Amino acid sequence: MFHRESGYYKTTYAADMALFPLPIARHAIAAILVLLVFVPLALHEYYVSILNLILVASVGALGLNILVGYAGQISIGHAAFMSVGAYTAANLATRLDLPFWITLPAGGLMAAAIGAVVGIPSLRIKGLYLAIATLAGQLIIEWTINHVPWISGGVQASIQVPRPSLFGKQLNTQHELYGFLLFFAIVAVIGTLNLVRSRIGRAFIAIRDQDIAAEIIGINIFRYKLLAFAISSFYAGVTGVLYTYYLGIANYEQFTLVTSIDYLAMIIIGGLGSVLGSILGAIFVTLLPIVIRLAMESWGAFLFGGADINNLIPSMRLTLFGALIIVFLVVEPEGLNRLWRNVRSYFRIWPFSH
Amino acid sequence: MTGWTKVLEGVLAAVAALAFAAPAQAQKEIVIGLQCDRTGPTQNVGLFLCPGYHDYIALVNSKGGVEGTKIKAIEIDNEYKVPPAVEAYERHKKEGAVLIGLYGTPQTQALTQRLTEDKIPGTAPGFGTAAAADGKKFPFVFPIAATYWSQGAGAVEFAKKQLGGSLKDKKIAYVFYDNPAGKEPLPILEDLAKLEGFEMRTFAVPPPGVELGAQVIDITQRFRPDFVITHLFGRSPSVSIKELKRAGYPLNKVVALVWGATEADIEAAGGWAAAEGYYAIQFAGVGSDYPVIKEIAAMHKAQGKDAPPKEMASTVLYNRGVLIAAIHVEGIRNAIKAKGNANITPEDVKRGLESIKGFTLGGLVPPLEITAADHEGGGWVQIFQAKGGKWVQATEWFRAYPEVLKKHLASGG
Repeated sequence: MFHRESGYYKTTYAADMALFPLPIARHAIAAILVLLVFVPLALHEYYVSILNLILVASVGALGLNILVGYAGQISIGHAAFMSVGAYTAANLATRLDLPFWITLPAGGLMAAAIGAVVGIPSLRIKGLYLAIATLAGQLIIEWTINHVPWISGGVQASIQVPRPSLFGKQLNTQHELYGFLLFFAIVAVIGTLNLVRSRIGRAFIAIRDQDIAAEIIGINIFRYKLLAFAISSFYAGVTGVLYTYYLGIANYEQFTLVTSIDYLAMIIIGGLGSVLGSILGAIFVTLLPIVIRLAMESWGAFLFGGADINNLIPSMRLTLFGALIIVFLVVEPEGLNRLWRNVRSYFRIWPFSH
Repeated sequence: MTGWTKVLEGVLAAVAALAFAAPAQAQKEIVIGLQCDRTGPTQNVGLFLCPGYHDYIALVNSKGGVEGTKIKAIEIDNEYKVPPAVEAYERHKKEGAVLIGLYGTPQTQALTQRLTEDKIPGTAPGFGTAAAADGKKFPFVFPIAATYWSQGAGAVEFAKKQLGGSLKDKKIAYVFYDNPAGKEPLPILEDLAKLEGFEMRTFAVPPPGVELGAQVIDITQRFRPDFVITHLFGRSPSVSIKELKRAGYPLNKVVALVWGATEADIEAAGGWAAAEGYYAIQFAGVGSDYPVIKEIAAMHKAQGKDAPPKEMASTVLYNRGVLIAAIHVEGIRNAIKAKGNANITPEDVKRGLESIKGFTLGGLVPPLEITAADHEGGGWVQIFQAKGGKWVQATEWFRAYPEVLKKHLASGG
């Protein structure tokens, strides 16, 4: 929001370490939380389902942003880690009847372990070379799930999972699942906010900015690069578990290379190295095609003839989507997060320009 | 006409639409939600299948609708991705859809549980799992067309007929796309190999399957099968035709399952002359020689269009779209008849679909009999051969090894 301190008034360590040091920020966050909790209760199921998709995507985008935006390592195998989490949770939930509060961290941890292994090449290679190495990770994981029935649960490679239940109540409707997903999305946001300002997060940033310099000031590159992969994959695994519970099925065909690219698009549009950017990116990528389609459905029929409209809507949707991404990135290469900060700093001193 | 006059015309139409919106709403429409993929990896299918669907619905509406009620099919493109499919489904539900036309295997899987919870029937011809043919276990998913299991069994029966009535000590090669859909017929084929006493060897083709040289040499030089069954997707079927032809394997000893069976596959393989003899399984009739296709063409002509839409030329996929639409309409018709009025719920449509019987649309649709237990409708297939520049019917509708399939369905795959 449009606020800042007039001076430095902190007198205790607790005040200095607060996540949101200013009262106005705390009030704003509290207001947003209240909105997030209560507004969907009044919304139609359809809009809640879109919110649900955004919530799940946010968790995945946050995780990828830790790796790409904060630690400066690229990964195009993110979707594979989601499928690792999804199948781990699905197997635990169906074979051992474990509840979600065990399967969810278990899925995350399994993905973290595999992610750390896939991250090993990052110790020697960077940039495009690392991208190709993680691409190999994506393909190997896909192949393994496809060919090991013990993991995939049979030829169809899909495992039906009962929906999560809380205190004996099964969460079925979009509204109930919204509560479930919102809780984990908020935990993910708070976790990331704290992670990136901790010792670990600062080490990530140091590695991103100049890894040789980071090593010289005493950061264990080996440890922190693998940790970045592990934490990022943990988030991805949790995303996979959330998808599994949301859809009621684990299926690796929804976690393909294209999905990895979609998540990369989210954080690049949202802003690399920013928590708010990850969420804005997830909202943008999920919502924009829907908005474009609604607009095309409302007004497209006036411009184009009847039967063609069915061909035009999806094509225009892709074209406009691509064009808008370019426009946003040309206007602000650092993403939506930076755009928001520009607006904010403009209004801070408004109406004076200096 | 310039762009601006078109815009002006559009604005006028909008004003007119607003002015007459109120009385128009009195006429209630039945809404069907159709998912399609016109921009994703399977656009080569969606671009032809979905227009076929819409044309049939338009034909029904031009004749006054189903039992006097018009049908509105809302299409949403899911790009063959799961999150847009979830969104599309919820949107259709919001619009009051009584029936969902699903598109894509992962999408069908992702929505199966939702459909069951919301009690909305969804059809998935050629998509999803074969196990969904069991209406007891999957009450709201309707494959409505032959599943990969039925197709695999049909291919074996056809091979048996072509090889003189017995498969004892024969060799059959199964070439498949290395993904869940490609592997699905395997358990059936393995069972039939034991039953009929033939030797089967499998040859996996890793996606995207545009390089089959090694597999084809392996098949033609080393294994030397009496018959080849292929189950490939995308560009892969055309490559398989080319490579088998180059290796000198007779194409009239090859049969492809339904996604390697379109006109486009033959064109991409080097034209009809190159693919002469190639057999393919179909779950809908092929060609334009059906009364309903002629009616659609006549409808387009009556609307003042010079030529029928170009999608109609791809008869394999176009006719599949017509088949899906026709079964949807029949299900709705049965529901309206059973209820006595047009205020039908999705559950009425489910029961309507489950009472489809003896509806063949002049041969384009197989003699389906969908029941509460059998959502596949029997698993009918027909085999066509590439011959003289078009697909020529090689068999009547038939269903193969129903008892083997029944056993697998009972064990849940």
